[in-house]
Amino acid sequence: MSTSARRRRRANIPAGAAAFLWLVIVAVPLYILVASTVQSRSSYLENGPLSLPGEFTLDSYRRVLEGDFPRYLLNTLIVTVACAAIVIVLAVTVAYSIIRTRTRLSRRVFQIFLLGLAIPSQAVIIPIYLIITELQLYDTLLAIILPTAAFSLPVSVLILVGSMRDIEEEQYESMALDGAGPARVLWQLVVPMTRGGISTVGVFSALGAWNGFLFPLILTQSRENRVLTLGLYDYIGEFRVDIPALLAAVVLSIVPIFTAYLFARRQLINGLMGVGGR
Amino acid sequence: MTTAPRRRTGRPGIAWAVPGLLFFLFFAAAPMLIVGYLSFTQWDGLSNPSWTGTDNWDRLWNDDTMRQAIALSLLLTVLTWLFQTPIALLLGVWAAGRQRTRALLSAIFFLPLLASSVALALLWKTIFDPNLGLNAQIADWLNLSSADLLGSPRGAFAAVLFVTAWQFIPLHTLLYQGGARQIPQSLYDAAALDGAGTVRQFFAITLPQLRNTIVTSSVLMVVGALTYFDTVLILTRGGPGDATTIVPFLMYRTGFQAFDLGYASAVATALVITATAVSLLLVRLTGFSKMRSTREGI
Repeated sequence: MSTSARRRRRANIPAGAAAFLWLVIVAVPLYILVASTVQSRSSYLENGPLSLPGEFTLDSYRRVLEGDFPRYLLNTLIVTVACAAIVIVLAVTVAYSIIRTRTRLSRRVFQIFLLGLAIPSQAVIIPIYLIITELQLYDTLLAIILPTAAFSLPVSVLILVGSMRDIEEEQYESMALDGAGPARVLWQLVVPMTRGGISTVGVFSALGAWNGFLFPLILTQSRENRVLTLGLYDYIGEFRVDIPALLAAVVLSIVPIFTAYLFARRQLINGLMGVGGR
Repeated sequence: MTTAPRRRTGRPGIAWAVPGLLFFLFFAAAPMLIVGYLSFTQWDGLSNPSWTGTDNWDRLWNDDTMRQAIALSLLLTVLTWLFQTPIALLLGVWAAGRQRTRALLSAIFFLPLLASSVALALLWKTIFDPNLGLNAQIADWLNLSSADLLGSPRGAFAAVLFVTAWQFIPLHTLLYQGGARQIPQSLYDAAALDGAGTVRQFFAITLPQLRNTIVTSSVLMVVGALTYFDTVLILTRGGPGDATTIVPFLMYRTGFQAFDLGYASAVATALVITATAVSLLLVRLTGFSKMRSTREGI
């Protein structure tokens, strides 16, 4: 081991201690979250959030699942899949065009999307409400899907432009020599070469759609079109005195996305680290 | 660039960008213009908006609630940056190393990143519950009289600051981890040969090399803090009193609870102008838009 490596390791001690402290700060609430859900209401009321659950019961989960939770889950799934599909198709074509046209116009398009990164959805929710009502889409799942997808586009275009930059000019040339048109180049060269970027974009837009709250809150109303986040918000009233059930609903809303994370961990982490490195 | 016509056959035109661009302009960019227009109208959400000139804006300048909301938003933004940046920077640089514990730790670290702010705010609302929550238990141990954190103005503000930091520090840690990974080891080796200690190495190499990452993270953080909404709605509902009524929450309350959508549009426009100005300023100041590489000159 060289001196420098040892030095770096020594530097990590205070940072490592801070990391451990932060780990505790993250882990304790998560422990409370899970431990609270596996006890009965009376046991939670008696023992408080930090105690080890005396009797193990999954009854709180049953209370949640017997209600409207499954419907909220299905709605969220529909919204998530639709958003990811729209974002992938549109962001791939936009990024492909930006990377391969290289005109002043395409640079402008890229700049528009870069500036779009800074548009907060909160600031434009009123006009979006106006647009959605004018389109007669108020209180439909489409009312959530369309704006959510639109707001995922800027970061997706940014990520895909980044990964399409890595394709060598020679590879395009050899395909062009074969007489391939732009669609075939996209399908046979660009898409396979940027599979990593595309899955990152898919994961991001899915995560954003799954966790989105403002658009469902403003743009839907009825129980039939309620998504998970809005359902959780509604549970504050419904399970006001049933904290194990309330937190069980929280856990149930995280489990699907956590399962997906276990499979798509690399895409998510690499994508985020890539944004920071650029 | 001289390109033979033969080579251009495989290239797509700008037309390929049109569907995506139109979709984005329609749902994200056009609303920016519409919200500006609506800020000059009176609108209850049902009838048509009616033009009232600068009434809303006159009202905005003299509105004490709005003034306080702006002050709270700015305070929250500054404190968010001061709170989250050092922690995320430290954790990110640490996580970029090669510790064996890292993989295990990062799995737990990043959990808050996956959950919705609604779910996390609900969890923290339970923890902060004055009668049943963790703080009730701690107050009990310490023999404190009041455990009602969310019931006091400062406590509620601190709770919003903390819960949002808890949620977003993992994201910024990841950004810094990615940035720190890309710093060439040769720089540290050279510095070590020159006898630079670890603290000097951090300030002379790590920090300057992370410049682009710091800008990215700061822009995300500042725009994020100016637009915190979900957490406030669930954790404090803007209260107690107006103690946590920051600008986005005031806009929601005015627009979708009092249905004064014209005035709420003026609030939103002020918000959009502030957020855009701040991020443009950060980007300009640092030359980030040129996408300059920190690797230049090595």
